[in-house]
Amino acid sequence: MNAKSISAQWRPAAILGLLVLLLIAPFVLPTYPLSVLTEILIFTLFAMSLNILLGYAGLPSLGHSAFFGTGGYAVGLLAKYLGTPAPLALLIAVVAGIALALITGPFVLRTHGAYFLILTLSLTQVLFGIVWLWRRVTGGDDGLPGIPTPKLPFLLGRVSDTANFYYLTLIVVGIAIATIAWVVRSPFGLALVGIRENERYLEGLGYPTWTLKYVAYALAGGYGALAGGLFAYFKGFVGPGQISWLLAGEGMVMVILGGAGTFWGPAIGTILVLLLRYEVSAFTQRWVMILGIVFILTVLLLPQGIVRLPNRIREIRAQLRREAPLPRPTAPAHHTPSERAVERVIERS
Amino acid sequence: MPVNTASLVIGLSYASLLFLVSVGLSVVFGLMRFVNLATGSLYLIGGYIGWSVARSTGNFFLALIAGALAALVVGVLIERGFLQRLHRKELLQVCLTLGVAYIVQDVTRWIWGGDPLRLRPPELLRGSMELFGSVVPIYRVALIGIGAVLAVLVWYLLERTKWGAYVRAGVDDLEMVQCLGINARRVFAIVFSLGALLCGLGGALGTPVTGVAPGTDIQLQLMALIVVVLGGLGSVTGAIVASIVVALVDTIVRTFWPEASFFAVWALAALVLIVRPQGLLGRAA
Repeated sequence: MNAKSISAQWRPAAILGLLVLLLIAPFVLPTYPLSVLTEILIFTLFAMSLNILLGYAGLPSLGHSAFFGTGGYAVGLLAKYLGTPAPLALLIAVVAGIALALITGPFVLRTHGAYFLILTLSLTQVLFGIVWLWRRVTGGDDGLPGIPTPKLPFLLGRVSDTANFYYLTLIVVGIAIATIAWVVRSPFGLALVGIRENERYLEGLGYPTWTLKYVAYALAGGYGALAGGLFAYFKGFVGPGQISWLLAGEGMVMVILGGAGTFWGPAIGTILVLLLRYEVSAFTQRWVMILGIVFILTVLLLPQGIVRLPNRIREIRAQLRREAPLPRPTAPAHHTPSERAVERVIERS
Repeated sequence: MPVNTASLVIGLSYASLLFLVSVGLSVVFGLMRFVNLATGSLYLIGGYIGWSVARSTGNFFLALIAGALAALVVGVLIERGFLQRLHRKELLQVCLTLGVAYIVQDVTRWIWGGDPLRLRPPELLRGSMELFGSVVPIYRVALIGIGAVLAVLVWYLLERTKWGAYVRAGVDDLEMVQCLGINARRVFAIVFSLGALLCGLGGALGTPVTGVAPGTDIQLQLMALIVVVLGGLGSVTGAIVASIVVALVDTIVRTFWPEASFFAVWALAALVLIVRPQGLLGRAA
């Protein structure tokens, strides 16, 4: 029995354990760490939505904050002008994110590689500019303050407000992550990986690659907007900073550090970046440098992301013992070449 | 009339700086598909070192040389130390060079502080002169001259020499160039170092105009990315044309509608890429 199947065997137990830990967290953690944990959950969703593009479909987007900000402003504007209840507002935020992706998709998907990166970045900056200059509606650089924090009615009075919003975030993010897991493991998700590896090949096989990328772009936009809407509720505020490309860059770093194209990688990257930001900045001013050093070390030592750390340690130990490399699982026979391509990817990573 | 000689001079002198920062990025990008997000940091290093040398020696030309050499050293370190092993891994390149950019920004903030630093132009180029009926700073005019000379030099090097032909061939088909027995890795290293040198020179030259502060690196990095992509990857002519277009648009919008100046350039970039997904002068990929 090899290492991979052992980890596969324990996966349900690990996820269950994680869920229990997340559920009891409010009873163990004080208020401040709990709010950091809430933020980690929200940004995990953001990073995972970006990972659909960056990791699975191989589309290097540097404009994902546009969707995050769209979700945030949808929630903020609805709260300010209409007083819409949170579930409906979040739903509209998702629709707004998907709509933005559907509108911009036909343009950005004409470009490739570096041009894709710059076009997504440019469009995000243009959106930033519109929000910044349209002061009458968006509040300009002052943003929209005073968004009321929604609360779960059945927990009212039983737990603190922080814990209440934490549970709300946990439920929304949990459902979203479960659906992302379903999407990336579906034939659609596998086809995306195939597009990343060799788009023309998939096209030759008759896959509608453009449509698949378009759908992936829209999905990523919807999930990104959901994260942005939650964040606006979390902060009680939405401003141009939530559209800024710096946020898109941070999301990109979270995905790459954790492991692009792996399911749990973005979550690990998010935890690392946010903990570095909040914990390291508390005891040294040089945290920017530390973040830079972490980037470089990760790229040099763990090029496939921190999520591969256990495998990497095993590899290094095997090398040290001068043993033969670990036996690789033999690829089972597959029916379609696309699945074989995916298998190759998995094997390589 | 808002578009007068003065704003033209300001725009074109800014274009000179943009060209110096972006030409190396463009060729490296085109040649090895290498995304260097530490380009702005090289400009920053050139600016700070230039400022310090000018302060201590009082010699502006020594400052230019020192700034360019400092950026060259850091560029060679980046290339030798990291880049060689990240061929064709764009995401990792982004992450690594971003890490370098973070470190450079933090170290320079540590040494030179967070306030913007400005350098006075050399004695010879101080003050202003009259050009076509408007008063313009002499240093800006000199910058345009230096930029033009360097642009011609770089253009000649890449478009008219044998060595330049290797580089251009590498942009088009790297594997084939290697098959012909040309040491593409060395060509790449030289291009990267020259690019870093020009970046540092741009930083030192730009200190009297743009000043240098934490954040200058990000601003120049973003502008350089726009220039490179608008001009088309690996195209020197494209980099020249795009530098001028971007700088002029930036300057003109700044006079008309100051709050929107930063976004106008991005709107331009978005528009060009929507109409021509391969950039202004780029070859279809």
